[in-house]
Amino acid sequence: MNTEILGIIVMFTLSILLAIPFGKYNAKVYGGEKTLLDPIFDPIERIFYKISGINPQSEMNWKQQMVAMITINMVWFLLGMVVLMNQGSLPLNPDKNPSMSADLAFNTVISFVVNCNLQHYSGESGLSYLGQYWLMFLQFVSAGTGMAAAVVLFRAFRDKAADTLGNFYNNFVKSCTRILLPISFVVAIILAFEGTPMTFEGKDTITTLQGDSVEVSRGPAAAFVPIKHVGTNGGGFFGVNSAHPFENPSYLSNMVEMVAQLIVPLAMIFAFGYFIRRRKLSWMIFGVMTVAFLMLTIPNINMEMNGNPTIATMGIDNSLGAMEGKEIRLGAAASGFWSVVTTVISTGSVNSMHDSSMALSGMNELLAMMINAFYGGVGVGLLNFFIFIILAVFISGLMVGRTPEFLGKKVEAREMKIAMIIALLHPFLILAGTALAAALPQYTADSLNNPGFHGLSEMLYEYTSSSANNGSGFEGLGDNTPWWNISTGFVLILSRFLPIIGPVAIAGLLAQKKFVPEGDGTLKTDTATFGLMVFAVIAIVAALAFFPVLALGPIAEYFSLY
Amino acid sequence: MNNNSSLFQKEMVQVALKQSLMKLNPKTMFRNPVMFTVWVGTLVMLVVSLWTLAGAQGQGSFGYNFTVFIILLLTLLFANFAEAIAEARGKAQADSLRKTREETLARLKNGKTISSARLQKGDVFICEAGDIIPSDGEIIEGLATIDESAITGESAPVIREAGGDKSSVTGGTKVLSDKIVVKVTTQPGESFLDKMIALVEGAARQKTPNEIALTILLAGFTLVFIIVCVTLKPFADYANVGITIASFISLFVCLIPTTIGGLLSAIGIAGMDRALRANVITKSGKAVETAGDIDVLLLDKTGTITIGNRKATHFHPANGIDEKRLIKAAVLSSMADETPEGKSIIELAGINPLSYEVKNPQFIKFTAETRSSGIDYENIRIRKGATDAIKNLVTKSGNNFPKEVEERVKAISSNGGTPLVVSENEIALGVIELQDIIKPGIQERFERLRKMGIKTVMVTGDNPLTAKFIAEKAGVDDFIAEAKPEDKMNYIKKEQSEGRLVAMMGDGTNDAPALAQADVGVAMNSGTQAAKEAGNMVDLDNDPTKLIEVVEIGKQLLMTRGTLTTFSIANDVAKYFAIIPALFITAIPALQGLNIMNLHSPESAILSAVIFNAIIIPMLIPLALKGVAYKPIGASALLRRNLLIYGLGGVIIPFIGIKAIDMLISVFF
Repeated sequence: MNTEILGIIVMFTLSILLAIPFGKYNAKVYGGEKTLLDPIFDPIERIFYKISGINPQSEMNWKQQMVAMITINMVWFLLGMVVLMNQGSLPLNPDKNPSMSADLAFNTVISFVVNCNLQHYSGESGLSYLGQYWLMFLQFVSAGTGMAAAVVLFRAFRDKAADTLGNFYNNFVKSCTRILLPISFVVAIILAFEGTPMTFEGKDTITTLQGDSVEVSRGPAAAFVPIKHVGTNGGGFFGVNSAHPFENPSYLSNMVEMVAQLIVPLAMIFAFGYFIRRRKLSWMIFGVMTVAFLMLTIPNINMEMNGNPTIATMGIDNSLGAMEGKEIRLGAAASGFWSVVTTVISTGSVNSMHDSSMALSGMNELLAMMINAFYGGVGVGLLNFFIFIILAVFISGLMVGRTPEFLGKKVEAREMKIAMIIALLHPFLILAGTALAAALPQYTADSLNNPGFHGLSEMLYEYTSSSANNGSGFEGLGDNTPWWNISTGFVLILSRFLPIIGPVAIAGLLAQKKFVPEGDGTLKTDTATFGLMVFAVIAIVAALAFFPVLALGPIAEYFSLY
Repeated sequence: MNNNSSLFQKEMVQVALKQSLMKLNPKTMFRNPVMFTVWVGTLVMLVVSLWTLAGAQGQGSFGYNFTVFIILLLTLLFANFAEAIAEARGKAQADSLRKTREETLARLKNGKTISSARLQKGDVFICEAGDIIPSDGEIIEGLATIDESAITGESAPVIREAGGDKSSVTGGTKVLSDKIVVKVTTQPGESFLDKMIALVEGAARQKTPNEIALTILLAGFTLVFIIVCVTLKPFADYANVGITIASFISLFVCLIPTTIGGLLSAIGIAGMDRALRANVITKSGKAVETAGDIDVLLLDKTGTITIGNRKATHFHPANGIDEKRLIKAAVLSSMADETPEGKSIIELAGINPLSYEVKNPQFIKFTAETRSSGIDYENIRIRKGATDAIKNLVTKSGNNFPKEVEERVKAISSNGGTPLVVSENEIALGVIELQDIIKPGIQERFERLRKMGIKTVMVTGDNPLTAKFIAEKAGVDDFIAEAKPEDKMNYIKKEQSEGRLVAMMGDGTNDAPALAQADVGVAMNSGTQAAKEAGNMVDLDNDPTKLIEVVEIGKQLLMTRGTLTTFSIANDVAKYFAIIPALFITAIPALQGLNIMNLHSPESAILSAVIFNAIIIPMLIPLALKGVAYKPIGASALLRRNLLIYGLGGVIIPFIGIKAIDMLISVFF
């Protein structure tokens, strides 16, 4: 077998094999059971809880949890603005990088707070090491936020009827210290051994083979890069992200980073099943997500490996695949695989330039973010998927002759209203944002790298990536302008918190309802049939809404290429 | 009873056609968000058509625009027609019930005679043999046999009397004998039937909770496609693709779920109508919906599970006694016995008691003290009665009570039967075995219910031993023995506290609290006013097995909604593939690759999609009215089945339909 393909299969299988036991561990952490790292972190956490006056054992209802979430996120945002707008005169700035402009700082901090990491700057020149460290901190806490929100969902379906659903602070801190930190630690060590720099010194100067002298940026990257993946953040230390030889030095580091970004989203699916004691439900969710994932991945790998027909007709050797914008050390297959993984889950780190992907590969990357629920970001992927489950439950519940119910809770008008709003929000933000950008060329035309179909794809990609909290870009777009910084900034806020609050609210409302025991007439949600139903709902509701715009973007590009 | 099931009767269609035009009123349309947006689109197309007629450029020909306008108008009319025909059918059904209570004269207690229409609640009137009862009411004096066939279709007369649970009379029924004094219980125009008609007619029709939730879902889909269509304009401008208003509106109308949106209210009305056809008056649409969710069914043993009363099934003679002698004694002792048990003994023997020669018979009536009855003639004394009563009689006169008789008695009891011992001149002749006769076919019905996931509970006054036996034999899941009204209530509350929905049927005043507590309470029409007020449905047939039908009607209602929603949404796939290429092909010829149906031209493609979208509504009206067939095959199998038919079917059928229409109209466009 082709070694490139084999490498991908190994990466994917390894991720799943690791995620299953890790999911069990996560369930234990959230279930309040004793875990290995308790002796180290418990005493430290106690001090912080004491200072802040928080009782991590006090139970909160879903509303209190959401208030807590918004509050701490606000604090991080404000602090982040202060740091980035003043980093030029703050310590840890050996390269004397300047402070950020207000609109760029706004976009940057928002995008790191919301776990998106849309980067309209390059780390080498745009950030001091203090700035990088603050962003690294945000990568931990934004991931922890999403996971703690998902735990509200866990709790809502574990108990038969409950008003309070755990403590947000407790689940948040545990997500960071018991789950994210240990894996990041392991990944950092591997990366450091593979050659990723870990230093506070400024630029190094080297002499090239030609005899020129060049300056090479470095910094504490080995600490930064792991959480970028483990927390499905995707914000790179260097401008070109994991295509940079320091950020992703070798095929091995590529594998490790791949496993690192897949493991937590996958583990959360299994943790859900362990936690609510319905492991079959986890397998249904995992099954639907994986089938969809493969439907996007396999064509992408195939298209990238086959290369570009236009280049072939020019008489240029295409046997390595479509290598424009790709790293030789990683290859077309691993890049194609990465491009879907990073968009399916909301990482958004890149190891190749998506702008140079084949037309339909680009469409698959877009589709992955437009749906944003096949694995998805840590915690939030599950919450997004939950919305589709609710919609599917509603329709298929009726089809078996009962008013709809999910896990013994009746789904009624109120839940439908919330689910529908959230399901609408994502296409609304993407389409309305792109439509505005297309309608106002005076702000956007200059920033487009390509006119025509591909230009539309670039704009579409930017808003899709923002709305999906993904953070990757069709980097042909010159996006550090006030228009892009501010418009995407608002999309980021709206598309982060509402899609968390919505499903959590549904879960909270359902949790308060009376439990209806399952009978023979009850719709089983852990079956392949129901999985198919969820898939169909996603395909028709989420994907088809984008068909017209995709037809004008990547599909038109594809047909004019072949 | 008019059970004509032909879906489209001429008169109804005429009424419905007129109604579908009336319903174009925006106020009426606004109730249905999906169809309202189509209404707006239609209006826009009218304006555009006129505009092109006035010479506007770039919007296509007048003929094309006007055709789109007409098709959209038809879409609206089809949807309105679906609702109107469902209303017409429901109303016709209710009217035919109401006809039975046309104007009659009511003789008031004070001697005056007034029209039945002027009877007020609380008025008291008198009815004698031959009178038609002028209004619903409660007997406060007297007893009468009444012919209720006009309402129930059941020809056997029934007895109604003051006090007790059979005191209710229905307007339109006929008194056959005796004289009763009746108090009016409803205001004119407020009887159950009137309420039901109002429910069907629209003004008073409230959306049920599930309908509201589904409307939200459909409104959500509509919004998505508003966003899709509005944003398409700048995208098209960016790509230098000109899109006509007709194309935008067509794309929008095709994508929003018009099929289910147009049929939704028809489905709801048809559900109530189906209940009415089963002779059940529902007090709200919600009750029918809830019936589909029922988890537990409380059924009275007598009349539901067993046929009326106990019946004699065997004669067991004592040792040394000829069976003929026992039978003769049994028959003679039952000669004057008017109870159903007594009659059944004669029935079992198959002998006319008058064929025996009996001189100077003296009949001994059953009393609570002797607990036996019988006959004395010449010098023969025959008695039949409870075991210990006869045993007492036998042993007192110095005779032996045979051991095998005693054993037989025990055996019968433990089999759920009732033994009656027969003695002649204080000698025990043997035992008559009485058994409950389980209704034929009832086991299958319970099996069907079990497959639906519904637990059946038998309620009986029998002792636990007998109850258990019958419960097992009939195949019910649980039973309440020696049941008192409060036992029913407690059982319902217990099940409800565990989250289950309970349905029950009842007729007595003492059933009223339980009927009110149950999620679906079906009161028998023969029951008391209190019971009828407490329940949320009234069964005109007084048929205790009706609950099972009601549950199926509820499930059908929900399933019809679900499957048509699925079908409607699945249709979008094909419509996208018809319209999207049509929108862009002229400007971007490369997109011909998306035209997988190979439709003739952009205009023909768009028209085909809109036409398909319109005509699928009337094509599905029969399904909406009749409901999707419910098969108790378990939820997962049911989902698979419906997903295959309506999901996959919903994807494939429009591809075929649109292509076919395109081939037809390609001649013109």
